[in-house]
Amino acid sequence: MSTLKHSMTAQKFCVKCLVILSIISGLIVWSFIYLGLNPIQFFSFFADSNIAPFITRFFSPDLSTPFLLRIGSGILETLSISAISTLLASIISLGLALPTAGRFGPYAKSISRFICNFLRSVPELVWATIMVLAVGLGPFAGTLALTIHTAGVLGRLFGETLENHSSINNTALINSGSGKVAAFLYGTLPGIYPQLLSYSLYRWEMNIRMATILGFVGAGGLGQMLFYELSLLREPKASTIIVAMLFLVMVVDAFSNKLRAAQTHSMG
Amino acid sequence: MQPYSTTNKPLISDPAAPNRLTLIVVSLVVLWPLLELAEFQPWLLFKPENIEVLGNFLVQFIPPNTETDFLLIVLVATIETLAMATAGIALAILIAVPLGLIISNSLSISRIGPGSNYLLSKFARYIARFLMLVLRGIPEIVWALLLVRVFGLGPTAGVLAIAITYGGMLSKVYSEILESGNTLPARALLVSGSGRLAAFLYGQLPSTAQELASYTVYRWECAIRASVVAGFVGAGGLGQLMDQSMKMLNGGEVSTILVVFFLLVLLADNVSLLIRKQLE
Repeated sequence: MSTLKHSMTAQKFCVKCLVILSIISGLIVWSFIYLGLNPIQFFSFFADSNIAPFITRFFSPDLSTPFLLRIGSGILETLSISAISTLLASIISLGLALPTAGRFGPYAKSISRFICNFLRSVPELVWATIMVLAVGLGPFAGTLALTIHTAGVLGRLFGETLENHSSINNTALINSGSGKVAAFLYGTLPGIYPQLLSYSLYRWEMNIRMATILGFVGAGGLGQMLFYELSLLREPKASTIIVAMLFLVMVVDAFSNKLRAAQTHSMG
Repeated sequence: MQPYSTTNKPLISDPAAPNRLTLIVVSLVVLWPLLELAEFQPWLLFKPENIEVLGNFLVQFIPPNTETDFLLIVLVATIETLAMATAGIALAILIAVPLGLIISNSLSISRIGPGSNYLLSKFARYIARFLMLVLRGIPEIVWALLLVRVFGLGPTAGVLAIAITYGGMLSKVYSEILESGNTLPARALLVSGSGRLAAFLYGQLPSTAQELASYTVYRWECAIRASVVAGFVGAGGLGQLMDQSMKMLNGGEVSTILVVFFLLVLLADNVSLLIRKQLE
């Protein structure tokens, strides 16, 4: 639309835009000064020999078979962490969604809303640190952390879906004598489950990414391997793991793009 | 209604039930190895010593630490986080604008017809796409972890990590926005012999500037969260402070930092919404 406006009347000199622009650029400059960063220094730093050996050490990835096998099991571990946590979270969220959508009255609604908001506002890494304390180092801590965070996110999304869904079928079943649980399972769930499934798949994609890095606080998967190898200064092994992470992210990306394209295609 | 359902007993059982049962059994069989791999052991949660450690930590969360000295440290870290996100996004724009312009198909001269250096431009586009994939494919916390080794602990590594990942991300979205807008003006300019930059400035920027700016502001909001996360590996700001308090199991400090983090995210949400409203 703005193109149309431009073609009709020339835009007047905009004082407000100028003020906003100068405030923003002022803040950017202040940030660099505050942090003591000089962008020009970066380039001279990169030009110095300081970083070259670091990079060359990185460009010799360790491709020995035993190590590749370990990476393979790391990838599988990462995938299982993300899959199980997403599945558990979607089951929990289904339970959270009912009160969040206001099915059990306004009090339950605000309480469960608060719970969802709290669960999803705390970053995954913080949950992971807490869970490492709760169950010790390893993939189970990561699974729990992702489950808790994702339950908050999905609880809210599921609740909104439920709220926006028409309750005609549900009411019809209840009026003709069905129990509340059966009415939900046969009257409401069939209508909303494609949406719930697509939300869960989307979160699974994000959780795969998260599961690769949760290991930095000791919660298993590829991240824990990377952190370990880097602490031992074994750069070749570390670079192999980074390539594996990149590979995993790219495959997931490509797969979800295909899936999304197929979905929009089938919807018309 | 009651007599109806009792006389026609088969009608009240779900005809799809056997199929669903089979599906559940099959998925449980598939899930089993995944549970093994993830070392799924819920009973660990109820081990007395684990409960004791976690309990001692969580009990300290209330009340949050509100000593003046500590609050001052948190304030400084918060400002540092804000500055990190802002500087990081500024550098990311520097990376993203040229990359996005190279990648975008709507500014591609070779799309109009094979020219003299058709293959060269195709090659350049592939390289740029690959670079973009690597930049944004590796999570920012991994970049931060690597850069901390080069630049030492502190915000420099965090700023660069954000600049790298968000540079890749922004360049992808910039090129998509340019492709999804009205591409005809730019094409007309290119066909009649204008350069790529001029075609962008006069043919595409006027109609897409608002969307480009709005998305960049939204990413700034995400960068604040990202810079806190990057801090966990020692890249400065609120995240680094939180990591230190966590390692010392100081619950009071952690809860103060978490509250400040919530407020910061809320503030960033509102500021970015305000700026984006102004842009409309």
